Amino acid sequence: MSEEDKRLDEETGQYTTGHKYDGIEELNTPLPRWWLWTFYATIVWGVAYTIAYPAWPLVSGATAGVLGYSTRAVVAEDIVEHEAKNAALVEELTGTELASIDPSSDLHRYAVARGGAVFRAQCSQCHGSGAAGAVGYPNLLDNAWLWGGTVDEIAYTVQHGIRNENDPDARWSEMPAFGEILTSEEIAMLVSHVQALPAGAGGDAETLFLDNCASCHGDNGEGMPELGAPNISDAIWLYGGDEAALTETITNARFGVMPAWGQRLSDADVRAVSIYVHALGGGE
Amino acid sequence: MSDTSQPLYAAREPVFPRRVSGRFRTLKWWILGITLGIYYLTPWLRWDRGPNLPDQAVLVDLAGRRFYFFWIEIWPHEFYFVAGLLIMAGLGLFLFTSALGRVWCGYTCPQTVWTDLYMLVERWVEGDRNARIRLHNAKLDARKIRLRLTKWALWLLIGLATGGAWVFYFADAPTLLRELVTFSAHPVAYMTIAILTATTFIFGGFMREQVCIYMCPWPRIQGAMMDPDTLTVGYRNWRGEPRAKGKRRREMSAEAERIAAEQAEAGRGRPAYRSTPYPGAAPLDLDAPDMQVQAGPGDCIDCMACVNVCPMGIDIRNGQQMECITCALCIDACDEVMEKIGKPRGLIDYLALSDEGRERAGEKPRPVWRHVFRTRTLLYTAAWSLIGLILVYGLFIRAEIDLTVAPVRNPTFVTLADGSIRNTYDIRLRNKHGDDRPFRLSVKGHPTFRIELEGTVFETVDVNANETKLQRVYVIAPPNAEPSEADITALRFWVEDLTNGERAYKDSTFNGQGG
Repeated sequence: MSEEDKRLDEETGQYTTGHKYDGIEELNTPLPRWWLWTFYATIVWGVAYTIAYPAWPLVSGATAGVLGYSTRAVVAEDIVEHEAKNAALVEELTGTELASIDPSSDLHRYAVARGGAVFRAQCSQCHGSGAAGAVGYPNLLDNAWLWGGTVDEIAYTVQHGIRNENDPDARWSEMPAFGEILTSEEIAMLVSHVQALPAGAGGDAETLFLDNCASCHGDNGEGMPELGAPNISDAIWLYGGDEAALTETITNARFGVMPAWGQRLSDADVRAVSIYVHALGGGE
Repeated sequence: MSDTSQPLYAAREPVFPRRVSGRFRTLKWWILGITLGIYYLTPWLRWDRGPNLPDQAVLVDLAGRRFYFFWIEIWPHEFYFVAGLLIMAGLGLFLFTSALGRVWCGYTCPQTVWTDLYMLVERWVEGDRNARIRLHNAKLDARKIRLRLTKWALWLLIGLATGGAWVFYFADAPTLLRELVTFSAHPVAYMTIAILTATTFIFGGFMREQVCIYMCPWPRIQGAMMDPDTLTVGYRNWRGEPRAKGKRRREMSAEAERIAAEQAEAGRGRPAYRSTPYPGAAPLDLDAPDMQVQAGPGDCIDCMACVNVCPMGIDIRNGQQMECITCALCIDACDEVMEKIGKPRGLIDYLALSDEGRERAGEKPRPVWRHVFRTRTLLYTAAWSLIGLILVYGLFIRAEIDLTVAPVRNPTFVTLADGSIRNTYDIRLRNKHGDDRPFRLSVKGHPTFRIELEGTVFETVDVNANETKLQRVYVIAPPNAEPSEADITALRFWVEDLTNGERAYKDSTFNGQGG
């Protein structure tokens, strides 16, 4: 580009800018001046913005900006605002008898939404994000409950946990390891009897069952939720219902544990997650 | 080389359009009144929809995610109606542009309409073109300050009304107006009004033609829809040129009379009228035997009336140009002059460039309908109508009852204590009516299927007026039944509106243990 290359283009009546590449010249069509000022204004705005708001990266962190804006602070404010809006519902949730909450009420809807969030954060690691459980971790969707499936029983389980030593009120049951008591032949008989429940295998196997198992699991294997003794005559097995799994269970016994969530979660969260679990389809 | 040092940036040349009257100006006043009237008054129309729904005829309820348009109510999942209307608006714009050029720019574009209104105020406060030029050049004295402040105040009031009307489309207008004047409205309403007031004030008062020339993409696109048959504002330079006025015009006339007399003496007719070539037209062969160039002046007396009334500050006699918004005011201005000097109107006129050859040859232009009805416009009309018909059809087949079924697939099924297999579905029911209504759900697909609803022992769901309800639904098949053992069994959910007996269904599947 040079001043000398500028010329009046007769074809168009316009001047050239002096830009010339391989004989191709650029015409000068003047840009409106306000457009130029708008461009400068965006530069000024950009610089001012980086001064006002967090922008420039430093070795650790970034410049804070003179306005002191922070997205974290905004989120914190939002949370406070959100909690203030729900304060009345929370109060109602903690102050109402759980079993008396109408499933079509706004309170119930709020509890299910809140409980769902608690469940995904705290419970899904063991029980699964869909609450379908896994081997050793109960499926919360079905209608079989070790410790009872009313909303109050669920809430007690959540509050105090199972077989943990941090809470004196935790649910506790302990099946003996029958491998130390019975012979392997006797255990094999029990396995075939349990698999045949509720009819049972009859004969010696039934006598063996009534002597050793029925005190907790009931004469017909119907279980006893008060003791946490599972129903072993239904279609649901926590550790599997095949011969190998049952032999292992009877020989060595099984113990699942669950934390006492009352020590970690707020009263409202415990109540909300209990309502959520109760509304998953198996609640009694 | 000083003459080549043209700056890279140009200041805005102020434009002072003169007042003009005529058929197009009258038409434009009517369109201005009607379009602005529609804009300002629509939010105040009422439309009774029942007790639980708003009674505003046109309402965009962003918070409630509803769009109300008289008897039509659009929910978010029906947004394709809005998309369809936008496509129709686009095709309609193409149709009008291919038929009538930039008729959108010239008559109905908000930028043009509000600029027109602002110019009316400007003329009313500061006077017509000459007075405004004088005021522009005058030193800043008390009178100039007074006139400017009066004008700006009126502009701001119009801008305020414009921004003010906009927010009424998004909330109940009477309530919002009450809140606005008592300063209890939401800050967003004030912000929106402030922004739109500012843009109206700046774009209509100061930017004007700069918006059209430099900011708007449409002038750059619209050429693709136009062809030589498009009716657009043009100058009949074959009739107007050579333009001349005053002494030169009298001299040219005298010369023409002299040549005509000579021709008559030589026994030849008066020379046929020929003019200088139109820019872009094929150059005329002036030495051809039948080409007798008339020495007399054309009809254009170079009075500059067309330039003086132009809101874009251009000269239409230079031919088609991007800056021209085809507002047709130059037609009115020129017609006025032609009438005064006793020539036929239409030196500047709506014309199709394809008629130039005929007109140069002294023939009549083709009729308007031949220009308007051509393949391109018919195709645009067909496409526009097709979309319109699809939308109308969609509006009529729109189900009164709306439900969606989302099978819960985490897990795919649950085994119950007695060995039954249970599948779970999240069903959303929409009640589009103004009253709370019960809906009954049922399932078909296999005789053993049993339906249960979470939270209730009944099979009916109450959905509040104008709301969507999410209901968890269980379908249970007994142990060892066909669906329990199979991989997948098809099923159909039926929902019945118990208020009017209308039914609707949605298909889904049931997962069993198989597979």
